[in-house]
Amino acid sequence: MEYRLNTPLKKEDVINLKAGDIVYLSGRIFTARDEAHARILEMAKENKELPFELEGSVIYHCGPLMKEKENGWDVIAAGPTTSTRMSKMTPELLKIHAVRAFVGKGGMDNVADSMNEKAVYLAFTGGCAALAAISIEKVNAVHWIDLGMPEAVWELEVENFGPLVVGIDSHGSDLFTDVRNKAMETYSKIE
Amino acid sequence: MSAVIDILREAETVLPDDVTKALKKAASEESSPVAGEQLAAILKNIEVASGKKVPMCQDTGILIFFVEIGRDLELDFRLEDAIIEGVKKATQSIPLRPNAVDPINRNNSGNNTGNGIPDIKYEFVEGNSLKITVAPKGAGSENMSAIKMFNPTEKDSIRNFVLETVLNAGGKPCPPVIVGVGIGGSFDKAARLAKSALLKKTDDMDDEEKNLLKEINDLGIGPMGLGGNTTALAVHIKKAHCHTASLPVAVNIQCWANRHASVVLGGDA
Repeated sequence: MEYRLNTPLKKEDVINLKAGDIVYLSGRIFTARDEAHARILEMAKENKELPFELEGSVIYHCGPLMKEKENGWDVIAAGPTTSTRMSKMTPELLKIHAVRAFVGKGGMDNVADSMNEKAVYLAFTGGCAALAAISIEKVNAVHWIDLGMPEAVWELEVENFGPLVVGIDSHGSDLFTDVRNKAMETYSKIE
Repeated sequence: MSAVIDILREAETVLPDDVTKALKKAASEESSPVAGEQLAAILKNIEVASGKKVPMCQDTGILIFFVEIGRDLELDFRLEDAIIEGVKKATQSIPLRPNAVDPINRNNSGNNTGNGIPDIKYEFVEGNSLKITVAPKGAGSENMSAIKMFNPTEKDSIRNFVLETVLNAGGKPCPPVIVGVGIGGSFDKAARLAKSALLKKTDDMDDEEKNLLKEINDLGIGPMGLGGNTTALAVHIKKAHCHTASLPVAVNIQCWANRHASVVLGGDA
């Protein structure tokens, strides 16, 4: 199935999705990778309010390449980064904030339980940064630029961002784990 | 310095023909629709990047230079300074993502230079010319690389080590990958052999390399780890003599964006 969804995402939007479905996203998404995840969790511990709203949000595992212009930023290239680096921090993040979708590449480890009935993982083709940039209409804001360009949180307005493959759905199906298990089985039969 | 900026721009925006050709061949041979879609996106991305002259990947890498200096060449400038200045200027003008950070406090230098970075490897060759090659290396694939010191009698385990490294990497290094294998030398030399093996032409493989490639692709990890026939485009092995008591093996994983570009300066030609 192919879906075109607008952010912020509702719970029903993501619960309908099944591993292997294709999704195109429109609306506001946030980039966040290692350092931003760590800071979001740290601020929750200190009961501090975030400078952006994560309710119904889409988090894009991406450290974009931006160019500063007179009154803002231009997106040059913005493909996905390796999602598994954020695996350990994601279940805790999902306890605190109602993030509905994560977009990245390569899959995630041990997050399916924390996404149960509430969130999905969407895969965008790794390295396709010039292609991704085409669907980014504008940069709304940048938060935490002190973390450096790749690690800052970029608030992006996207139009038909995709194709995104549902890699992990909200019912425990995980394409990456399936492929990996098959590969392990093939490997174990060698010799 | 301007030559450094030129090859950086070429490497970041245009994929070498042999790599693009291998990707096209893979796309025509993929039977799984999801895999086909991943390869189609990659091919479209390559076109957009070269057309718009923008980097094909936002991870413009850590910058690695291979410099070949002709023995009869006399340089009247500081080569290292020229490369470093070129990197700083290119970071602004192409632009490149500032990727170089302090390993512990993670402060970003903002211009892709820093302590020991860019990494410049020098080699003397015959002649009187200067060849500079840049190979930007993304972290997604670099992080999946591995090195192991085997016992000298364990040569049969090398193949398993390569397969396991690719298997453990799964979809994380942006497959289809190119696998550089360094066998022998020393702890660091094996890694350097593996890295420089990535510069070989994609289809330049002997039977040993082709067999290993087939075994890797039989794993079915596929483009982006979503399943399919194409987990790797090539395997390149480089060897060196090593100590009688050791057998170092390094596996350097390279994403599909096997970016590199060269320039030759001076010389008779």
